[in-house]
Amino acid sequence: MNLTLKVWRQSGPSDKGRMVTYKVEDVSPDMSFLEMLDVLNERLILEGDDPIAFDHDCREGICGMCGMVINGVAHGEQRATTTCQLHMRHFEDGATITIEPWRAAPFPVVKDLVVDRSAFDRIIQAGGFVSVPAGSAPDAHSIPVRKEDADAAFDAATCIGCGACVAACPNGSASLFTAAKITHLSLLPQGQPERLSRAKAMVDQMDAEGFGGCTNTGECTAVCPKGIPLDAIARMNADYLKANAK
Amino acid sequence: MKYTEGPEIRDAKAPSGPIEERWEKRKFSAKLVNPANKRKLNVIVVGTGLAGGSAAATLGELGYNVKSFCYQDSPRRAHSIAAQGGINAAKNYRGDGDSIYRLFYDTVKGGDFRARESNVYRLAQVSVNIIDQAVAQGVPFAREYGGLLDTRSFGGAQVSRTFYARGQTGQQLLLGAYQALERQVAAGTVTMHTRHEMLDVIVSDGRARGVIVRDMVTGEIERHLADAVVLATGGYGNVFFLSTNAKGCNTTAIWRAHERGAYFANPCYTQIHPTCIPVSGEYQSKLTLMSESLRNDGRVWVPLRKNDTRAPGDIPDDERDYYLERIYPAFGNLVPRDIASRAAKNVCDEGRGVGPGGLGVYLDFRDAINRLGRDAVEKKYGNLFEMYERITGENPYDVPMRIYPAVHYTMGGLWVDYDLQSTIPGLFVIGEANFSDHGANRLGASALMQGLADGYFVLPTTIGDYLAAGPFGEVDEAAIAEAELKVRNKIDRLLSVNGTRTPDSFHRELGKLMWDYCGMERTEESLRKALERIPELREEFWQNVKVTGTAEELNQVLERAGRVADFFDLAELMCLDALVRTESCGGHFRAESQDADGEALRDDENFAHVSAWEWGADGPILHKEPLEYEYVKMTQRSYK
Ligand SMILES: Cc1cc2nc3c(=O)[nH]c(=O)nc-3n(C[C@H](O)[C@H](O)[C@H](O)COP(=O)(O)OP(=O)(O)OC[C@H]3O[C@@H](n4cnc5c(N)ncnc54)[C@H](O)[C@@H]3O)c2cc1C
Ligand code: SF4
Ligand code: FES
Repeated sequence: MNLTLKVWRQSGPSDKGRMVTYKVEDVSPDMSFLEMLDVLNERLILEGDDPIAFDHDCREGICGMCGMVINGVAHGEQRATTTCQLHMRHFEDGATITIEPWRAAPFPVVKDLVVDRSAFDRIIQAGGFVSVPAGSAPDAHSIPVRKEDADAAFDAATCIGCGACVAACPNGSASLFTAAKITHLSLLPQGQPERLSRAKAMVDQMDAEGFGGCTNTGECTAVCPKGIPLDAIARMNADYLKANAK
Repeated sequence: MKYTEGPEIRDAKAPSGPIEERWEKRKFSAKLVNPANKRKLNVIVVGTGLAGGSAAATLGELGYNVKSFCYQDSPRRAHSIAAQGGINAAKNYRGDGDSIYRLFYDTVKGGDFRARESNVYRLAQVSVNIIDQAVAQGVPFAREYGGLLDTRSFGGAQVSRTFYARGQTGQQLLLGAYQALERQVAAGTVTMHTRHEMLDVIVSDGRARGVIVRDMVTGEIERHLADAVVLATGGYGNVFFLSTNAKGCNTTAIWRAHERGAYFANPCYTQIHPTCIPVSGEYQSKLTLMSESLRNDGRVWVPLRKNDTRAPGDIPDDERDYYLERIYPAFGNLVPRDIASRAAKNVCDEGRGVGPGGLGVYLDFRDAINRLGRDAVEKKYGNLFEMYERITGENPYDVPMRIYPAVHYTMGGLWVDYDLQSTIPGLFVIGEANFSDHGANRLGASALMQGLADGYFVLPTTIGDYLAAGPFGEVDEAAIAEAELKVRNKIDRLLSVNGTRTPDSFHRELGKLMWDYCGMERTEESLRKALERIPELREEFWQNVKVTGTAEELNQVLERAGRVADFFDLAELMCLDALVRTESCGGHFRAESQDADGEALRDDENFAHVSAWEWGADGPILHKEPLEYEYVKMTQRSYK
């Protein structure tokens, strides 16, 4: 396949940035999207150009490091898929593909397609945990957990912290990410003691980071590679209200 | 490559006495640090995977002043996140005859009698606490309808002791550790440095006293000082270029510590995982593992006839060879990894492999789907099947998966004593980065167990014994400056070559060479060839590599080049270690040493030792640590 790429290039936070066009030839349909960029980057290096910087690590959809807006959609059009899991067989020969970084004020661009997502870590710091120092835990079977609850908690816990939900949201809201963690922990008996204080602290931190509010557009869940459902946000809001009523 | 032999290592510092009491004894003899003093003691933890994340969190909880580093943009992204299948623990919740002793026994045997008994016993003991800890943190393990934890069986074991969270056990355990870590960041006991790459250890007055790191965003070279340094930087499987490891996994941290005096143990012990998606083309950037748990229900086979090009569904049962079930009736598809991998290689070498280039075997779920129903299979393995389809474009519910072995894990690593301390005082090494518990072959679901055992339970006790003598005072400025200069010089040198080949092109070539000559099967001839080729290729690298950009910016080409440079040096030591160890054991298969059935043949008389390599300016120095087995009788492993 032969493709035309329009890629966002920005040398650093203070650079204004621009789209640059590249041609890539002989792309195999079995390549992953990132492998296609590797091939382009190898060529750029040999030509003495600065290769395109992008984040990635596991390349199997679990670390949450990769993320690009491809043809206007966070992680590309294929549903429930991270950028690194996207394969070229889903693109047409001769296509033009635009590639841009996540765009949201709390995720400033570091370089090219690399952004700073440390705000997510700070949201977790605010309360996304169960306070249980190592060595203090009771036997794992001392508290049975209903299978349904464990499964639902697991579903919410699969969030990989990629930030696509924020990039897709017209308000730049981090509600889906935050709600996923709150839901995970609030469905388990172990998460109950800190349930309300956790919801309050995490939501307040999310606001302090400058993420926008949720207006239920559903864009987040549409791009979420792990299919975190919108009702997590309702759950978060309910806990948040309860916490504030106290 | 020239090497010399130095004195044996006689004392790995494990307490004596009955094996069940040794860890208890050590915990009691370890000096305690007064709570008020802990705040004054600084500890650096490099790496935020299961080992480093759990260690930094726990040290923070204990009140030490901790600095934590990782190269990703968040500690939650460490490679541990990708572990799929599960974590072992001797809970015996099933009442199927499991016990601490049995897990100990299985691990020593699975490691082909090349691990220390004392360490392995402790690991089995601590395993039960890990599950308790994880559950209390909210790790959503799979459960049964009664609300209790579910388990599955894994290769090399006949009991069901593997706890799991669908196919994402590593992710869930790491998020537990990550959340504990972030709690300590909020509490002010841990300072987190993401996007920082460690490039050297500072050794002052014979003690590890800090690290030199590069801020990967600004390029700034920074010094960080402490009373002790913990390396939890993971394995070095990426020396093969293609492996199941994350792209950034590297040997830089442990290799540079090795150059500073930390012995490197058993570098040649690598694990080739039997169930990975085969290579599809030249551009391939990594390999994807299909969890070993699939072997619980999937059946491995190849056509009986050579070069059989029929579609798998058209091959009747009596023309299929379910070779693992045939050769190993007792364990069948659940034989340990090294055995399953080599068996796959053998049938492919016979010309019975399937798929492009004949480098693949089938992993078939037809019978499981008939027996359990498609729904049940989907519940258990749905996400793995999806992953497979995404990559290959084939649907495993209809056509059997094609799998082939790939590099997965490195049992070798920095040598540590029972306290997990390296040969540099004050430098501790945990998780996959050390060599300690798996001998020559790791059992499935035991890496997560070891990483968390080290981080939550072992290191926090043993490091206290060391730190009780601290704080250790001023760090020698000359030592810091020298380390800093060494780092800068290496970076400058990489940037100044300005040749005509990319770092990746060298890495690919090195990886191919390692796979061909020091991979699943090794011979004296192949290893000698590798030892000839590696220095030539390294020479070319330093003459002809091209690194674009500058040192003062985010520069991913420079990062890769630095890692490849270290892989060259490590590759050479791996081949030397493999050459010197003329026996076969576990994942190390020397073709010259096999029995009549083609199984690995150990040579206990000459090789029942750990090979610990000291770095020397005139070539490596080999120190042997003899291994003694008081509890598990050394036998030739048999899974028949
Ligand atoms: C695909 C896959 C599946 C697996 N499945 C299982 C399983 O089911 N069960 C099981 O028991 N094991 C499994 N394993 C093995 C297991 O995941 C690893 O051995 C284990 O997670 C390693 O943990 P770790 O903490 O030692 O290192 P890692 O998780 O690799 O963490 C390394 C850390 O060090 C940091 N780092 C590295 N170098 C530097 C540097 N120079 N400077 C700064 N920071 C650095 C990284 O940023 C990272 O934070 C699997 C492995 C793979 C590849
Ligand atoms: S909720 Fe989904 S899109 Fe948002 S960070 Fe988590 S995985 Fe990514
Ligand atoms: S690189 Fe890890 S999720 Fe894409």
